[in-house]
Amino acid sequence: MTEEPADLPAWSLPAGAGERISIGVDWPERVTRDWAFGGATGKGVRVCILDSGIEAGHPRVGEVEGAVAFNRDDEDEIDVVDDTEGDLCGHGTACAGIVRQLAPECELFSARVLGAGFKGSGPVLLAGLRWAVDQDFDVINMSLSTTKRQFAELLHELADKAYFRNTVLVASAHNMPVESYPWRFSSVISVGSHEEPDPMTFFYNPSPPVEFFARGVGVEIAWLGGGTILSTGNSFATPHMSAICALVLSKHPELTPFQLKNVLYLTANNVGGGA
Amino acid sequence: MSDLRAAVAAGALGSEEGYRELLQSIVEVARAIFGARASSVFLFDEESDELVFEAVSGEGAGDLIGQRFPSSTGIAGWVLVTRQPLVVEELDKDPRFAREAAESTGFVPKGLMAVPLLHEDRALGVLEVLDRPQKAAFSLAEMELLGLFANEAAIALDLLLKARTARAVLEGEGGEAAAFARFASRLDDADEEKREAALQLLDALGKLLRER
Repeated sequence: MTEEPADLPAWSLPAGAGERISIGVDWPERVTRDWAFGGATGKGVRVCILDSGIEAGHPRVGEVEGAVAFNRDDEDEIDVVDDTEGDLCGHGTACAGIVRQLAPECELFSARVLGAGFKGSGPVLLAGLRWAVDQDFDVINMSLSTTKRQFAELLHELADKAYFRNTVLVASAHNMPVESYPWRFSSVISVGSHEEPDPMTFFYNPSPPVEFFARGVGVEIAWLGGGTILSTGNSFATPHMSAICALVLSKHPELTPFQLKNVLYLTANNVGGGA
Repeated sequence: MSDLRAAVAAGALGSEEGYRELLQSIVEVARAIFGARASSVFLFDEESDELVFEAVSGEGAGDLIGQRFPSSTGIAGWVLVTRQPLVVEELDKDPRFAREAAESTGFVPKGLMAVPLLHEDRALGVLEVLDRPQKAAFSLAEMELLGLFANEAAIALDLLLKARTARAVLEGEGGEAAAFARFASRLDDADEEKREAALQLLDALGKLLRER
Protein backbone atom coordinates (compact mmCIF):
# COMPACT_ATOMS: atom_id res chain seq x y z
CA MET A 1 0.00 0.00 0.00
CA THR A 2 1.10 3.55 -0.62
CA GLU A 3 1.64 5.65 2.52
CA GLU A 4 -0.08 8.96 2.93
CA PRO A 5 2.39 11.86 3.13
CA ALA A 6 3.04 12.56 6.82
CA ASP A 7 1.41 15.98 6.81
CA LEU A 8 -1.93 14.76 5.48
CA PRO A 9 -4.50 13.38 7.92
CA ALA A 10 -5.50 10.04 6.43
CA TRP A 11 -7.93 8.60 8.96
CA SER A 12 -9.59 11.60 10.61
CA LEU A 13 -9.64 15.36 10.37
CA PRO A 14 -8.78 17.59 13.33
CA ALA A 15 -10.72 20.83 13.93
CA GLY A 16 -9.72 23.63 11.61
CA ALA A 17 -7.60 21.38 9.40
CA GLY A 18 -9.86 21.54 6.36
CA GLU A 19 -7.44 23.60 4.33
CA ARG A 20 -4.72 20.99 4.82
CA ILE A 21 -6.69 18.70 2.53
CA SER A 22 -7.60 21.27 -0.09
CA ILE A 23 -8.18 19.62 -3.45
CA GLY A 24 -5.70 20.32 -6.23
CA VAL A 25 -8.28 20.43 -9.00
CA ASP A 26 -9.47 23.80 -10.20
CA TRP A 27 -13.06 22.83 -11.00
CA PRO A 28 -14.81 25.07 -13.49
CA GLU A 29 -18.38 26.16 -13.02
CA ARG A 30 -19.38 23.72 -15.71
CA VAL A 31 -17.29 20.68 -16.64
CA THR A 32 -17.15 20.63 -20.43
CA ARG A 33 -15.35 18.34 -22.84
CA ASP A 34 -13.09 21.21 -23.69
CA TRP A 35 -12.07 21.57 -20.03
CA ALA A 36 -11.86 17.80 -19.56
CA PHE A 37 -9.76 16.81 -22.55
CA GLY A 38 -9.71 19.57 -25.18
CA GLY A 39 -6.30 19.50 -26.88
CA ALA A 40 -5.15 16.51 -24.80
CA THR A 41 -2.98 13.81 -26.35
CA GLY A 42 -2.54 11.39 -23.47
CA LYS A 43 1.01 12.62 -22.96
CA GLY A 44 2.57 11.42 -19.72
CA VAL A 45 -0.18 8.89 -19.00
CA ARG A 46 0.85 5.23 -18.60
CA VAL A 47 -1.68 2.78 -20.00
CA CYS A 48 -1.31 -0.96 -19.46
CA ILE A 49 -3.04 -3.39 -21.82
CA LEU A 50 -3.71 -6.54 -19.78
CA ASP A 51 -4.38 -8.94 -22.63
CA SER A 52 -2.68 -11.25 -25.15
CA GLY A 53 0.41 -9.08 -25.68
CA ILE A 54 1.03 -6.36 -28.27
CA GLU A 55 2.61 -6.76 -31.69
CA ALA A 56 5.62 -4.46 -31.52
CA GLY A 57 5.96 -1.98 -34.36
CA HIS A 58 2.41 -2.39 -35.68
CA PRO A 59 1.66 0.87 -37.53
CA ARG A 60 -1.52 1.31 -35.50
CA VAL A 61 0.31 0.86 -32.23
CA GLY A 62 3.74 2.42 -32.61
CA GLU A 63 6.06 2.26 -29.66
CA VAL A 64 5.43 -0.02 -26.70
CA GLU A 65 7.30 1.16 -23.58
CA GLY A 66 7.44 -2.19 -21.89
CA ALA A 67 6.06 -5.71 -22.19
CA VAL A 68 5.92 -8.59 -19.75
CA ALA A 69 4.33 -12.03 -19.92
CA PHE A 70 2.86 -14.19 -17.17
CA ASN A 71 3.35 -17.92 -17.48
CA ARG A 72 2.58 -20.92 -15.34
CA ASP A 73 5.51 -23.23 -14.74
CA ASP A 74 5.38 -26.98 -14.15
CA GLU A 75 4.79 -26.50 -10.43
CA ASP A 76 1.82 -24.19 -11.10
CA GLU A 77 3.84 -21.19 -9.96
CA ILE A 78 3.37 -18.06 -12.05
CA ASP A 79 6.47 -16.35 -13.42
CA VAL A 80 6.70 -12.90 -14.88
CA VAL A 81 9.22 -12.55 -17.70
CA ASP A 82 10.10 -9.94 -20.30
CA ASP A 83 7.80 -10.58 -23.25
CA THR A 84 9.72 -11.20 -26.44
CA GLU A 85 6.94 -12.95 -28.36
CA GLY A 86 4.60 -9.99 -28.81
CA ASP A 87 0.98 -10.93 -29.41
CA LEU A 88 -0.05 -14.55 -29.84
CA CYS A 89 -3.61 -13.96 -31.01
CA GLY A 90 -4.13 -10.30 -31.91
CA HIS A 91 -6.65 -9.24 -29.26
CA GLY A 92 -4.19 -7.13 -27.26
CA THR A 93 -2.78 -5.47 -30.37
CA ALA A 94 -6.31 -4.50 -31.41
CA CYS A 95 -6.97 -2.90 -28.01
CA ALA A 96 -3.61 -1.10 -28.01
CA GLY A 97 -4.29 0.28 -31.50
CA ILE A 98 -7.55 1.89 -30.37
CA VAL A 99 -5.91 3.52 -27.33
CA ARG A 100 -3.06 4.80 -29.51
CA GLN A 101 -5.46 6.22 -32.10
CA LEU A 102 -7.34 8.35 -29.55
CA ALA A 103 -4.50 9.13 -27.14
CA PRO A 104 -1.52 9.25 -29.50
CA GLU A 105 1.07 10.38 -26.97
CA CYS A 106 0.25 8.05 -24.08
CA GLU A 107 2.80 5.45 -22.97
CA LEU A 108 1.63 1.92 -23.78
CA PHE A 109 2.65 -1.13 -21.76
CA SER A 110 1.71 -4.73 -22.34
CA ALA A 111 1.04 -7.38 -19.70
CA ARG A 112 0.34 -10.69 -21.43
CA VAL A 113 -2.04 -12.91 -19.48
CA LEU A 114 -3.78 -14.61 -22.42
CA GLY A 115 -2.57 -16.90 -25.13
CA ALA A 116 -0.87 -19.71 -23.27
CA GLY A 117 -3.95 -21.92 -23.22
CA PHE A 118 -7.21 -21.64 -21.39
CA LYS A 119 -6.29 -23.93 -18.51
CA GLY A 120 -5.09 -22.03 -15.47
CA SER A 121 -5.90 -18.72 -17.08
CA GLY A 122 -7.62 -17.46 -13.89
CA PRO A 123 -4.52 -17.46 -11.64
CA VAL A 124 -2.49 -15.97 -14.52
CA LEU A 125 -5.01 -13.17 -14.92
CA LEU A 126 -4.90 -12.46 -11.18
CA ALA A 127 -1.10 -12.41 -11.13
CA GLY A 128 -1.05 -10.05 -14.11
CA LEU A 129 -3.56 -7.67 -12.56
CA ARG A 130 -1.73 -7.72 -9.21
CA TRP A 131 1.49 -6.83 -11.00
CA ALA A 132 -0.16 -4.07 -13.03
CA VAL A 133 -1.71 -2.51 -9.91
CA ASP A 134 1.67 -2.59 -8.13
CA GLN A 135 3.26 -0.80 -11.09
CA ASP A 136 1.05 2.25 -10.50
CA PHE A 137 -0.15 2.53 -14.08
CA ASP A 138 -2.62 5.35 -14.58
CA VAL A 139 -5.01 3.21 -16.64
CA ILE A 140 -5.34 -0.57 -16.96
CA ASN A 141 -7.40 -1.83 -19.91
CA MET A 142 -9.09 -5.18 -19.32
CA SER A 143 -11.04 -6.33 -22.37
CA LEU A 144 -11.68 -9.65 -20.66
CA SER A 145 -13.38 -11.18 -17.68
CA THR A 146 -13.64 -14.38 -15.73
CA THR A 147 -16.76 -16.26 -14.66
CA LYS A 148 -14.98 -18.22 -11.93
CA ARG A 149 -16.45 -17.28 -8.57
CA GLN A 150 -13.36 -18.45 -6.77
CA PHE A 151 -11.46 -15.48 -8.23
CA ALA A 152 -14.16 -12.89 -7.60
CA GLU A 153 -13.06 -11.96 -4.08
CA LEU A 154 -9.39 -11.55 -5.00
CA LEU A 155 -10.31 -9.55 -8.10
CA HIS A 156 -12.53 -7.36 -5.96
CA GLU A 157 -9.68 -6.66 -3.55
CA LEU A 158 -7.36 -5.82 -6.44
CA ALA A 159 -9.95 -3.56 -8.04
CA ASP A 160 -10.37 -1.63 -4.78
CA LYS A 161 -6.63 -1.49 -4.26
CA ALA A 162 -6.22 0.01 -7.74
CA TYR A 163 -8.99 2.52 -7.04
CA PHE A 164 -7.29 3.81 -3.89
CA ARG A 165 -3.85 3.87 -5.53
CA ASN A 166 -5.12 6.12 -8.32
CA THR A 167 -5.08 3.47 -11.00
CA VAL A 168 -8.18 3.40 -13.16
CA LEU A 169 -9.36 -0.06 -14.11
CA VAL A 170 -11.43 -0.05 -17.32
CA ALA A 171 -13.13 -3.40 -17.97
CA SER A 172 -15.39 -4.95 -20.61
CA ALA A 173 -18.91 -5.69 -19.47
CA HIS A 174 -20.86 -8.71 -20.61
CA ASN A 175 -23.80 -8.28 -22.92
CA MET A 176 -25.24 -11.57 -21.74
CA PRO A 177 -26.87 -12.27 -18.40
CA VAL A 178 -23.89 -14.03 -16.83
CA GLU A 179 -22.02 -13.32 -13.61
CA SER A 180 -18.51 -12.31 -14.54
CA TYR A 181 -15.77 -10.15 -13.09
CA PRO A 182 -14.15 -7.65 -12.58
CA TRP A 183 -16.43 -5.35 -14.57
CA ARG A 184 -19.29 -5.72 -12.07
CA PHE A 185 -17.38 -4.02 -9.27
CA SER A 186 -18.17 -0.37 -8.64
CA SER A 187 -14.49 0.56 -8.28
CA VAL A 188 -14.08 -0.32 -11.97
CA ILE A 189 -15.19 1.63 -15.04
CA SER A 190 -17.30 -0.94 -16.90
CA VAL A 191 -17.94 -0.56 -20.61
CA GLY A 192 -20.57 -1.85 -23.02
CA SER A 193 -21.06 -0.95 -26.70
CA HIS A 194 -23.14 1.61 -28.56
CA GLU A 195 -23.70 1.64 -32.33
CA GLU A 196 -22.61 5.21 -33.11
CA PRO A 197 -19.62 5.58 -35.47
CA ASP A 198 -17.86 8.43 -33.62
CA PRO A 199 -15.01 7.14 -31.44
CA MET A 200 -15.38 10.01 -28.95
CA THR A 201 -19.09 9.43 -28.39
CA PHE A 202 -19.79 7.80 -25.05
CA PHE A 203 -22.82 7.53 -22.82
CA TYR A 204 -23.37 7.18 -19.09
CA ASN A 205 -25.78 4.34 -18.39
CA PRO A 206 -28.32 5.23 -15.70
CA SER A 207 -29.14 1.50 -15.33
CA PRO A 208 -25.94 -0.10 -14.02
CA PRO A 209 -24.04 -2.40 -13.52
CA VAL A 210 -22.73 -1.45 -17.01
CA GLU A 211 -21.72 2.17 -16.37
CA PHE A 212 -20.65 3.50 -19.77
CA PHE A 213 -21.28 2.73 -23.43
CA ALA A 214 -18.50 3.44 -25.92
CA ARG A 215 -17.97 2.73 -29.59
CA GLY A 216 -17.93 -1.02 -30.12
CA VAL A 217 -19.61 -1.77 -33.46
CA GLY A 218 -17.83 -1.93 -36.83
CA VAL A 219 -14.52 -0.75 -35.39
CA GLU A 220 -11.44 -0.86 -37.58
CA ILE A 221 -8.94 -2.68 -35.39
CA ALA A 222 -5.24 -3.45 -35.72
CA TRP A 223 -4.79 -7.01 -36.93
CA LEU A 224 -1.71 -9.20 -36.63
CA GLY A 225 0.78 -8.75 -39.45
CA GLY A 226 0.43 -4.98 -39.63
CA GLY A 227 -3.04 -4.79 -41.17
CA THR A 228 -6.50 -3.82 -39.98
CA ILE A 229 -9.89 -5.50 -39.94
CA LEU A 230 -13.49 -4.63 -39.00
CA SER A 231 -14.69 -5.95 -35.68
CA THR A 232 -17.48 -5.62 -33.13
CA GLY A 233 -17.53 -6.33 -29.41
CA ASN A 234 -17.27 -4.84 -25.94
CA SER A 235 -13.61 -5.84 -26.11
CA PHE A 236 -13.13 -2.85 -28.43
CA ALA A 237 -15.51 -0.45 -26.71
CA THR A 238 -13.36 -0.75 -23.59
CA PRO A 239 -10.11 0.68 -25.05
CA HIS A 240 -12.12 3.65 -26.40
CA MET A 241 -13.02 4.43 -22.78
CA SER A 242 -9.47 3.73 -21.60
CA ALA A 243 -8.17 6.23 -24.15
CA ILE A 244 -10.69 8.88 -23.07
CA CYS A 245 -9.53 8.32 -19.46
CA ALA A 246 -5.93 8.78 -20.63
CA LEU A 247 -6.85 12.05 -22.34
CA VAL A 248 -8.54 13.44 -19.23
CA LEU A 249 -5.67 12.33 -16.99
CA SER A 250 -3.05 13.86 -19.27
CA LYS A 251 -4.76 17.22 -18.82
CA HIS A 252 -5.71 16.69 -15.16
CA PRO A 253 -3.19 14.25 -13.68
CA GLU A 254 -4.32 15.00 -10.13
CA LEU A 255 -7.75 13.42 -10.60
CA THR A 256 -8.56 10.34 -8.52
CA PRO A 257 -10.59 7.50 -10.09
CA PHE A 258 -13.63 8.82 -8.20
CA GLN A 259 -13.17 12.29 -9.65
CA LEU A 260 -12.38 10.92 -13.10
CA LYS A 261 -15.61 8.92 -13.13
CA ASN A 262 -17.46 12.12 -12.30
CA VAL A 263 -15.77 13.91 -15.20
CA LEU A 264 -16.75 11.07 -17.53
CA TYR A 265 -20.32 11.31 -16.27
CA LEU A 266 -20.47 15.08 -16.74
CA THR A 267 -19.00 14.90 -20.26
CA ALA A 268 -20.99 11.87 -21.47
CA ASN A 269 -23.05 12.52 -24.60
CA ASN A 270 -26.34 11.99 -22.76
CA VAL A 271 -25.35 14.28 -19.87
CA GLY A 272 -23.36 17.39 -20.74
CA GLY A 273 -20.93 16.28 -23.40
CA GLY A 274 -23.27 16.18 -26.36
CA ALA A 275 -23.55 19.94 -26.55
CA MET B 1 -20.04 -40.95 -4.94
CA SER B 2 -20.67 -37.70 -6.81
CA ASP B 3 -19.62 -39.41 -10.03
CA LEU B 4 -22.19 -42.10 -9.43
CA ARG B 5 -24.81 -39.44 -8.82
CA ALA B 6 -23.78 -37.76 -12.07
CA ALA B 7 -24.12 -41.08 -13.82
CA VAL B 8 -27.61 -41.59 -12.53
CA ALA B 9 -28.63 -37.95 -13.00
CA ALA B 10 -27.64 -37.91 -16.62
CA GLY B 11 -29.86 -40.82 -17.32
CA ALA B 12 -26.73 -42.79 -18.11
CA LEU B 13 -25.86 -44.29 -21.44
CA GLY B 14 -28.57 -43.42 -23.91
CA SER B 15 -28.68 -39.68 -23.26
CA GLU B 16 -25.45 -38.67 -24.99
CA GLU B 17 -26.85 -39.16 -28.46
CA GLY B 18 -29.92 -37.10 -27.58
CA TYR B 19 -27.86 -34.15 -26.41
CA ARG B 20 -25.70 -34.31 -29.53
CA GLU B 21 -28.86 -34.09 -31.61
CA LEU B 22 -30.01 -31.11 -29.56
CA LEU B 23 -26.69 -29.36 -30.15
CA GLN B 24 -26.90 -30.15 -33.85
CA SER B 25 -30.39 -28.71 -33.99
CA ILE B 26 -29.19 -25.51 -32.28
CA VAL B 27 -26.52 -24.88 -34.94
CA GLU B 28 -29.04 -25.69 -37.71
CA VAL B 29 -31.51 -23.13 -36.32
CA ALA B 30 -28.80 -20.52 -35.69
CA ARG B 31 -27.63 -20.87 -39.28
CA ALA B 32 -31.19 -20.60 -40.61
CA ILE B 33 -32.13 -17.57 -38.49
CA PHE B 34 -29.02 -15.61 -39.46
CA GLY B 35 -29.16 -16.86 -43.07
CA ALA B 36 -25.53 -17.87 -42.59
CA ARG B 37 -23.28 -20.16 -44.57
CA ALA B 38 -22.26 -22.24 -41.58
CA SER B 39 -22.55 -22.48 -37.83
CA SER B 40 -20.61 -24.57 -35.35
CA VAL B 41 -20.25 -25.36 -31.68
CA PHE B 42 -16.81 -25.97 -30.20
CA LEU B 43 -16.43 -27.86 -26.97
CA PHE B 44 -13.58 -26.92 -24.66
CA ASP B 45 -11.75 -30.13 -23.76
CA GLU B 46 -10.27 -29.34 -20.37
CA GLU B 47 -7.95 -32.32 -20.26
CA SER B 48 -6.11 -31.53 -23.49
CA ASP B 49 -6.69 -27.74 -23.30
CA GLU B 50 -8.14 -27.79 -26.83
CA LEU B 51 -11.29 -26.71 -28.64
CA VAL B 52 -13.10 -29.50 -30.49
CA PHE B 53 -15.72 -29.20 -33.27
CA GLU B 54 -18.77 -30.76 -31.63
CA ALA B 55 -21.60 -29.76 -34.01
CA VAL B 56 -21.46 -28.22 -37.48
CA SER B 57 -24.20 -27.05 -39.85
CA GLY B 58 -23.61 -25.99 -43.43
CA GLU B 59 -20.14 -25.68 -44.89
CA GLY B 60 -17.82 -28.29 -43.41
CA ALA B 61 -20.60 -30.37 -41.80
CA GLY B 62 -19.53 -33.95 -41.52
CA ASP B 63 -15.80 -33.47 -42.01
CA LEU B 64 -15.06 -31.16 -39.12
CA ILE B 65 -16.64 -32.96 -36.19
CA GLY B 66 -13.90 -34.08 -33.82
CA GLN B 67 -11.20 -31.77 -35.27
CA ARG B 68 -9.20 -30.02 -32.54
CA PHE B 69 -7.00 -26.98 -32.07
CA PRO B 70 -5.30 -25.28 -29.09
CA SER B 71 -7.74 -23.48 -26.79
CA SER B 72 -6.31 -20.00 -27.12
CA THR B 73 -5.78 -19.81 -30.88
CA GLY B 74 -8.11 -18.60 -33.60
CA ILE B 75 -11.06 -16.32 -33.08
CA ALA B 76 -12.91 -19.04 -31.14
CA GLY B 77 -9.89 -19.10 -28.83
CA TRP B 78 -10.04 -15.31 -28.29
CA VAL B 79 -13.66 -15.61 -27.36
CA LEU B 80 -13.07 -18.50 -24.97
CA VAL B 81 -10.19 -16.88 -23.08
CA THR B 82 -11.66 -13.37 -22.91
CA ARG B 83 -15.28 -14.59 -22.34
CA GLN B 84 -16.30 -11.80 -24.72
CA PRO B 85 -18.52 -12.20 -27.79
CA LEU B 86 -16.87 -10.92 -30.94
CA VAL B 87 -17.71 -10.18 -34.56
CA VAL B 88 -14.99 -10.01 -37.20
CA GLU B 89 -15.63 -8.94 -40.79
CA GLU B 90 -13.46 -8.79 -43.93
CA LEU B 91 -11.47 -11.82 -42.82
CA ASP B 92 -10.83 -12.80 -46.42
CA LYS B 93 -8.69 -9.65 -46.75
CA ASP B 94 -6.07 -11.26 -44.53
CA PRO B 95 -3.98 -13.75 -46.53
CA ARG B 96 -2.54 -15.44 -43.44
CA PHE B 97 -5.95 -16.07 -41.90
CA ALA B 98 -7.34 -17.19 -45.26
CA ARG B 99 -4.57 -19.72 -45.72
CA GLU B 100 -4.89 -21.11 -42.20
CA ALA B 101 -8.67 -21.33 -42.44
CA ALA B 102 -8.51 -23.05 -45.80
CA GLU B 103 -5.98 -25.55 -44.46
CA SER B 104 -7.93 -26.41 -41.35
CA THR B 105 -11.58 -26.25 -42.43
CA GLY B 106 -11.48 -26.14 -46.22
CA PHE B 107 -13.24 -22.83 -46.60
CA VAL B 108 -12.47 -19.17 -45.92
CA PRO B 109 -15.25 -17.19 -44.25
CA LYS B 110 -15.61 -13.49 -45.00
CA GLY B 111 -16.82 -12.80 -41.51
CA LEU B 112 -17.88 -14.53 -38.35
CA MET B 113 -19.68 -14.00 -35.07
CA ALA B 114 -18.47 -15.92 -32.05
CA VAL B 115 -19.84 -16.10 -28.53
CA PRO B 116 -18.62 -17.97 -25.45
CA LEU B 117 -20.77 -20.76 -24.06
CA LEU B 118 -20.97 -20.02 -20.35
CA HIS B 119 -22.80 -22.21 -17.89
CA GLU B 120 -22.83 -21.39 -14.19
CA ASP B 121 -19.23 -20.30 -13.62
CA ARG B 122 -17.67 -22.40 -16.36
CA ALA B 123 -16.75 -21.65 -19.98
CA LEU B 124 -17.77 -24.78 -21.86
CA GLY B 125 -17.04 -23.79 -25.44
CA VAL B 126 -17.81 -21.38 -28.25
CA LEU B 127 -20.66 -20.93 -30.76
CA GLU B 128 -19.77 -19.49 -34.17
CA VAL B 129 -21.92 -18.26 -37.04
CA LEU B 130 -20.02 -17.77 -40.30
CA ASP B 131 -20.84 -15.56 -43.27
CA ARG B 132 -24.21 -14.07 -42.55
CA PRO B 133 -25.44 -12.15 -45.65
CA GLN B 134 -23.70 -8.79 -46.02
CA LYS B 135 -26.24 -6.31 -44.78
CA ALA B 136 -25.58 -2.61 -44.29
CA ALA B 137 -23.99 -2.97 -40.88
CA PHE B 138 -23.76 -5.45 -38.11
CA SER B 139 -26.09 -4.60 -35.23
CA LEU B 140 -26.02 -5.15 -31.49
CA ALA B 141 -29.46 -6.73 -31.83
CA GLU B 142 -27.84 -9.56 -33.78
CA MET B 143 -25.29 -9.94 -31.02
CA GLU B 144 -28.10 -10.28 -28.50
CA LEU B 145 -29.84 -12.88 -30.63
CA LEU B 146 -26.61 -14.81 -30.83
CA GLY B 147 -26.37 -14.59 -27.03
CA LEU B 148 -29.77 -16.30 -26.74
CA PHE B 149 -28.58 -19.17 -28.91
CA ALA B 150 -25.44 -19.32 -26.84
CA ASN B 151 -27.45 -19.82 -23.64
CA GLU B 152 -29.29 -22.72 -25.24
CA ALA B 153 -26.12 -24.25 -26.63
CA ALA B 154 -24.39 -23.92 -23.25
CA ILE B 155 -27.16 -25.87 -21.55
CA ALA B 156 -27.03 -28.58 -24.22
CA LEU B 157 -23.24 -28.76 -23.93
CA ASP B 158 -23.46 -29.02 -20.15
CA LEU B 159 -25.89 -31.95 -20.47
CA LEU B 160 -23.67 -33.60 -23.08
CA LEU B 161 -20.65 -33.30 -20.79
CA LYS B 162 -22.59 -34.78 -17.87
CA ALA B 163 -23.70 -37.69 -20.05
CA ARG B 164 -20.09 -38.29 -21.07
CA THR B 165 -18.94 -38.20 -17.45
CA ALA B 166 -21.65 -40.73 -16.69
CA ARG B 167 -20.50 -43.01 -19.48
CA ALA B 168 -16.87 -42.69 -18.40
CA VAL B 169 -17.84 -43.67 -14.88
CA LEU B 170 -19.87 -46.64 -16.09
CA GLU B 171 -17.14 -47.84 -18.41
CA GLY B 172 -14.35 -46.88 -16.07
CA GLU B 173 -11.90 -49.17 -14.36
CA GLY B 174 -12.87 -50.69 -11.05
CA GLY B 175 -16.37 -51.31 -12.31
CA GLU B 176 -18.16 -50.62 -9.02
CA ALA B 177 -20.38 -47.95 -10.49
CA ALA B 178 -21.00 -50.15 -13.52
CA ALA B 179 -22.08 -52.98 -11.24
CA PHE B 180 -24.60 -50.70 -9.53
CA ALA B 181 -25.85 -49.44 -12.86
CA ARG B 182 -26.33 -53.02 -14.13
CA PHE B 183 -28.15 -53.86 -10.94
CA ALA B 184 -30.41 -50.81 -11.31
CA SER B 185 -31.13 -51.68 -14.91
CA ARG B 186 -32.07 -55.32 -14.07
CA LEU B 187 -34.18 -54.12 -11.17
CA ASP B 188 -36.05 -51.93 -13.62
CA ASP B 189 -36.73 -54.89 -15.91
CA ALA B 190 -37.79 -57.31 -13.16
CA ASP B 191 -41.41 -58.11 -12.29
CA GLU B 192 -42.81 -56.90 -9.00
CA GLU B 193 -42.27 -60.12 -7.03
CA LYS B 194 -38.62 -60.39 -8.05
CA ARG B 195 -38.03 -56.73 -7.45
CA GLU B 196 -39.43 -57.00 -3.94
CA ALA B 197 -37.13 -59.94 -3.22
CA ALA B 198 -34.10 -58.17 -4.70
CA LEU B 199 -34.73 -55.06 -2.61
CA GLN B 200 -35.05 -57.17 0.57
CA LEU B 201 -31.79 -58.87 -0.29
CA LEU B 202 -30.15 -55.49 -0.90
CA ASP B 203 -31.48 -54.25 2.43
CA ALA B 204 -29.99 -57.28 4.18
CA LEU B 205 -26.71 -56.70 2.38
CA GLY B 206 -26.71 -53.12 3.62
CA LYS B 207 -27.17 -54.32 7.23
CA LEU B 208 -24.40 -56.86 6.82
CA LEU B 209 -22.02 -54.16 5.59
CA ARG B 210 -22.90 -51.93 8.54
CA GLU B 211 -21.99 -54.68 11.06
CA ARG B 212 -18.39 -54.95 12.10
